[in-house]
Parts: sequence; structure tokens; C-alpha cells
Amino acid sequence: MTDTLVEMRDIRIEGRADETWMPIIKGVDLTLKKGEVLGLIGESGAGKSTLGLAAMGFCRDGVRIAGGSVSFDGIDLLAASAEQKRRLLGKRIAYVAQSAAASFNPAHKLIDQHVEAPVQHGVMARAESEQDGIELYRKLRLPNPDEIGFRYPHQVSGGQLQRAMTAMAMACRPDLIIFDEPTTALDVTTQIEVLASIRQIVEEFDTAAIYITHDLAVVAQMADRIKVLLRGDEVEEADTREMLSHPKQDYTKSLWAVREFQRPPKPPVAEDATPVVSVQGVTAAYGKIDVLHNVSFDIHEGRTVAVVGESGSGKSTTARVITGLLPPRMGGIELDGEALPPDYRQRSKDQLRQVQMIYQMADTALNPRKTVGEIVGRPVEFYMGLRGRKKRDRVAQLLDQIELPAGEFIDRLPSEMSGGQKQRIGIARALAAEPKFIICDEVTSALDQLVAEGILKLLARLQDELKLSYMFITHDLATVRSIADEVVVMKDGEVVEQGPKLDMFRPPHHAYTDLLLSSVPEMDPDWLTNLLAERGVDNLGDAAVDKMG
Amino acid sequence: MNPVLKIILQRLALGLLTLFIVSIVIFTAVNMLPGDFAEAILGQGATPEAVDAIRRDLGLDQHPVARYLDWLAGAVQGDLGNSFAQANFASFVGADSGVRVTVAQQIAPRFANTMFLAGVTAAIAVPFAITLGILAALYRNSVFDKAANITTLTSISSPEFFLAYVLILFLAVLNPVLPSLSNIYADMGFGERLQKTLLPALTLTLVVTAHMMRMTRAAIINLLASPYIEMARLKGIKPMRVIVRHALPNALAPIINVIALNLAYLITGVVVVEVVFVYPGIGQLFVDSVKIRDIPVVQACCLIFAAAYILLNLTADILSILSNPRLRHKK
Repeated sequence: MTDTLVEMRDIRIEGRADETWMPIIKGVDLTLKKGEVLGLIGESGAGKSTLGLAAMGFCRDGVRIAGGSVSFDGIDLLAASAEQKRRLLGKRIAYVAQSAAASFNPAHKLIDQHVEAPVQHGVMARAESEQDGIELYRKLRLPNPDEIGFRYPHQVSGGQLQRAMTAMAMACRPDLIIFDEPTTALDVTTQIEVLASIRQIVEEFDTAAIYITHDLAVVAQMADRIKVLLRGDEVEEADTREMLSHPKQDYTKSLWAVREFQRPPKPPVAEDATPVVSVQGVTAAYGKIDVLHNVSFDIHEGRTVAVVGESGSGKSTTARVITGLLPPRMGGIELDGEALPPDYRQRSKDQLRQVQMIYQMADTALNPRKTVGEIVGRPVEFYMGLRGRKKRDRVAQLLDQIELPAGEFIDRLPSEMSGGQKQRIGIARALAAEPKFIICDEVTSALDQLVAEGILKLLARLQDELKLSYMFITHDLATVRSIADEVVVMKDGEVVEQGPKLDMFRPPHHAYTDLLLSSVPEMDPDWLTNLLAERGVDNLGDAAVDKMG
Repeated sequence: MNPVLKIILQRLALGLLTLFIVSIVIFTAVNMLPGDFAEAILGQGATPEAVDAIRRDLGLDQHPVARYLDWLAGAVQGDLGNSFAQANFASFVGADSGVRVTVAQQIAPRFANTMFLAGVTAAIAVPFAITLGILAALYRNSVFDKAANITTLTSISSPEFFLAYVLILFLAVLNPVLPSLSNIYADMGFGERLQKTLLPALTLTLVVTAHMMRMTRAAIINLLASPYIEMARLKGIKPMRVIVRHALPNALAPIINVIALNLAYLITGVVVVEVVFVYPGIGQLFVDSVKIRDIPVVQACCLIFAAAYILLNLTADILSILSNPRLRHKK
């Protein structure tokens, strides 16, 4: 017996695109020993998930393994029949998906889904497996472990679902688990709980794992070794500590460097300056329930105010109040010292023009049937009254500002562009109105780090050139560090702390700010271990119970 | 209040409102039919005096709004009026025999027969169509899938009477296993009644299967790309179980709706099949009543049809809601 569990040799995978097969993975080798955790890292489209699934002998529809070999514990997975592979899946190889909310069947209770694999594979009887599931829930520090499994997925929060899914993967005590970005969709404070749970249980049962992520700091906590992928090719592979301290390839170094983009601090705002936008004592409600409580902050000319907080903290609701989509129950918004009508329908065209928005999902914020020229041309015509030749010139000028060659892009459809390019079009559309103030709602959170950095740099340059003010909604504190001048921290619809960025990142903090800041993973592979020791494991469990509400 | 109960009550109220509006439409439409019962029944002897007398007798000389309100008041209390055709006209015959056949008496046995036929058909067609749909989804794009699609589409595209005659040819003439006439009557035993109903029920099964089967297949296949189906497959669950246990419960809403529409069709739209098999259902009564302008019967039939549609759609709505765990179990 060797101690090699997974052996992939020169694996080549192709995906179907317009009647032809395009390579996704171009000949990668991968070896995983028993009980070892391998981190797979790369941007979206690098083929991480495809490679991870191939290690299970599985391909999504429209994807095929074109060559190479995959063996799991001596079994040739590519030669195995569908039935042979089915007997391995769930029992000896398990999978934890990115979105637990989407990957649990909404029609069945958690425990029913948990026991399914053990019962169907004949590993355990139902009652035994149920008991074991409850034990695993307890190990993973889920609140009310005896009871939580008898809920439906929609009755459980995202972070808890992600842990329940890890428990489900453990149900048959597999030899290998593929973790496919298990914490990407979670808030930083929740992410820690899930990371700690995963690491603990993988260590306890000595399970081998392939941990897929685009977040270097996360992988640094989880993996023994790291493999970097770029467009279907391996860039390099090394032990975690070696990789973090001495990356060899330029691409790896560039990934490391992204986190270092920072704008120089600006001089303080003059005392008597009128803020461009002033949010004044806003209380707003959806239906009868107040979701914002007396929120106030100012945004000055040429400044960026980052609004941070977990999902559900009221960041986007604040944006809806400023844009007039949600008239507040109390308080109001001032633009250049003048009160704005609460409802956007009562605002003048010029008032509307001054406040623009850029959205998180460029995919859904751009009309898929309109060309770039039409998308950007629409506000040019609506606000500026330009038509024909003049309009096209102005659009070309805007595209030039966002660093996309007009000749090449003006007639393209959104589907013919990458995620970063689409987000740039979203920026151009906001600029077309020639606003003073732009709300950026999680504009980089759907993008890879390198692309996101490009967008942040572009926004910074535009701010300097056009004296724009930004309200930057984000849950990513690295983004805050790189672009913000001032920070507003929100929790449960209230502002818990606000001030200049430098003060915010310097202790002492408000307790919640401290929790947020300390939860952002750092590149140090010992970070999670140290943090858990510092907070005390019991504390972590309590935090989870608190979140239950 | 329980949110599901609240939704159900809301839907019920809406259903009643719809039924009320439909009753106005029915009354107006029936009264716009050309021709007149008195003229139709008197034929050659339709002197203006005789026509007037009969019209007065039946209340046809009153203002339409008054007649509508009268009819509505009756209908709400379960009295659908008296059939024109079965009436003895005092003014015409000379003496009132005192015997009146109410619409309800006339419709009740026919409606029971129709419900029986619809019930037998549904008992065969619904499980058949759903099983076929599940298998087609499981073996999608296979020979079986294509064959099932082609067969059901062919049968839905053929005229009903043609399907009926084909079945008669094979099951009554060439292999005389089933009777070709479905002349059932009131005190017939269940077994015999079932046997006589089987051939029209099979014909109707061929008509309604395609819709339900194709919706089942499409609704399931629609879900196969979702992450929880991929998860089930990655847990090593058998393909059949993936479809039945993981896809089907989430695909129920559209399937239930199509089933409801097809059941409503079985109650209201099967006159051709009834004629071919001489089945005494409500469809034939309806057509006959239209022919002789027996307005109370026509109105009552229309109202029953409308109620059947509304009730079945309502049931479908409620079942779809109940099939959604998000609504059954609050956060």
C-alpha cells in the first residue's frame, strides 16, 4: 500500500462552446496523499472547480475529460463504469459546494439529506446515521444540534448551512472531500466559524481534502500545500509556507501584490465645507419593520466613504434611500446643502443626474440585448440631450475614460465581454450623466482580485480627475483599506462607528468593528490558529448562537 | 392566522368573485343567442299570440336584468329553475298538470355520469402520464424518450372521434374485449358501469396524456441543472432516486397546474367522445339544450363548467402552495 490517495496525470479537460470543444484544463498533474489538504487557487475561469470535480471522476454537462488519467486509491476513475463511480461518490469521496443554500434540496429537512448517503450506500442504518449526524452537528458547533437537523434549509442561516453541508460530506467518513469555495458567499465573521469547523473536522478524521478558493489568505489557513492555476495550466505548486514566503512565478507574485494597493491619505476636509451628500437621521422601513435606525453621515467632494457591514446590516437600504427608491420614514437626504425630495419621482432631472449608481452584478445590470453604444448612449441622450454623431462621440470619449478602446467595444453586446469589462461599462454609464456622486454597491465583490484591483484603480483615477464623491458599499475590508477616505461601520441598521480610515484601522475600536477587522483572513498561515486561541473556542460557539437571534 | 390558511381563504374569495362575474357573462351570452325557445318549439304554428303566451309563461317577457337577478337568487339557493323543454305550458296545452321537471333533476344524473367518466380517466391518465414523464426525464434524449414524445403528440394531435374509432376497431371489433357502446343507466352495478366506461376513458386518456407527460418531463429536466441535483448525484444517489426524490418534489407546482387544466377539460369538453360512445354525460345534454334553446339548462351547464374550472384551478393553486416547504414551514 502506498499512501497516495489521488493521482491525476496529464489531465486534459474540454468544454463545449459553439459546436467545438475548447480546452479548460491543459494537462495538469495532481497528487494527493492520504490525510493531506491541497489548496487549489486561481481566478475564476482558471479551471479550479473543473479540476476538483475531475478528481471525483465527475464532469458537468457539456464538459468532458479528453485525456490523462485519474486514479483514486488505485481505482482508475476514467475506466470505471458509472455504477462503480456512483458507489464511490458520497461514500468514499464527498463534495462541499460553494452555495450551501442552493445545494441543499429545499424540499427536504437537513437530517433527511444528511442520512441519505449513508443509508443508500448501506454504510449505516437510518437511526444510527441520524444520531451520528447530530453528533457531527455538535462537533461543528452548530447551535441546537439536537434540533437543527429537523429544519428545512430555508429555516437555517447561510453559515450554518455551510457547516451542515460539511457534516453531510462527513456522513460516511469519506477518504477525500472536495471543498469548492465553501466560504466565498459568507460574511467574514461567519467565514471564520466555518473555516475553523472545517479544519477541525478534517484533522480529527484525518480526511484528505482538495480546498478550492480564490482567496489566498483563506487557503493559507487550510492547506498543507498550494497549487496555483492560471487558465487551465499549473503555475506552480509548493508547501504553503514556502509558497507564501517565496513565490517563484511572476503570476503568483502578482496575486500576492494585489492586497498592497493603497491610496495616499488626503488632507482633512475643511471644517465649513458643505458635504456633497448628507444623510441626516434616516430611519427607513420595509413594510412595518424598521431596517434603518437614525443613520447619519456626510460625504464630501472628491472623497470616498466606505460603508461596511455584514449582509443585512442596511448598507444597500441606505443606498436605496439616497437614490429615492425607498422614501425614508424619518430624516432626509441633502445634496449640496439642499434637501432632496424623498421620492425619486419628485426629483428634478438635474437632481437625478447628480446621483448615479454602479451595481454589484454587471451581468444583470446591463441589458443583454443592447450594445455598449446603446447602454452608455442612453443617459447621454436622456440627461445631456445629445443625439446622433455627437452622442456617439461622447460615448467614445467615455469608453476612452474607462480604458476600453471605443472602436472595438462600442458595438459589442454584454455577452461578448468579460466580467471586468462589463463592470467598466457600468462605470461609463454612471459617468455619462456627469454626476457629482456615485454609489458603488459591492462593485468588486463578484470579480477576481486582479480584475477588482484594476476597477479600484480606475475609480481612484476618475475621482481625482473629475472630483467625484463615492459611497462605497462593501463587506470586504481589504477594499476599504485600499480605496476609502472615511469609513462608516453598520450593524443591524445602525451606524456603530464612523471616522477617517486611519483612525478606524487603529485601535481602540468599537467591539463590533474589532470583530470585523480581526475576522479578515491574513496571509499568515498561523493566523486562524492564533485567532481561535485568542478568542477561545467557546467564544466562537457563543457567537454562532448569538447569530441565531 | 396561519399564512397558508389565509392564502387559501383569499383564493376562495377570489374564486367566488370570478364565478359571479362569469355568471353575468354566461347570462348575457346565452341571451344573445339568436332564436327563441317559443319560436323553436312552436315551429310552423308560431303565431304571434302563441309565442307571446309561452314567453309570458316562461317569464321571457320581463326585463333581462330582472330575469338575471331572479336566476342568480335561485342559483345561490341551489334552485337552477325549471327546464323549458320538459315544462307543460298551461297557456298552450290548456291545463297545468302541476308537474315541473327542474333543471337540477335533469342535470344531476348526467353530471354524475360525467364525473364518473372523468374520475376513471383521471385514475388511469394521471399516474400513467406522470410515470411516463419521469421515465422520459430519466432517459432523456434516448429512444424511449423520443418514442414517448412522438406517440403522445400524435395522439393529442388526432381528432378525438378518430382515436375513439381506432380503439373501437381494436378493442371492440377485432378483439371484442370491451363494449363499444357505453349506454350506462342509473341502477347499474359498479363493475359493469366501469367496463362500459373503459373505452371512452381510454380514448380520453390518449387525449390528455401528452400535456401532463410533457410538463412533467420539462419541469423535471428544468431542475436537473440546479446545484442540489448535482449535489445528489455527487452523493452517489441512484439516478431514478435523484429524479423522484430530489427533482420531482420541487417540480410539482407546474405539473399540478397542468393536471388541473386537463381534469377541467374532462368535465367540460368531452361531448365528441360522449357522442361516439353514446355516453349519457352532461356534454350531450348541453348540446341538445342549446339546439332547442332550453335556456335554463344551458345556463346551468355553463355555470357548472365555470365552477369546475375555477374549483380545479383553485385546488391546483392551493396544492402548489402546499408543495412549497417555504410556505408550509415558516422561518
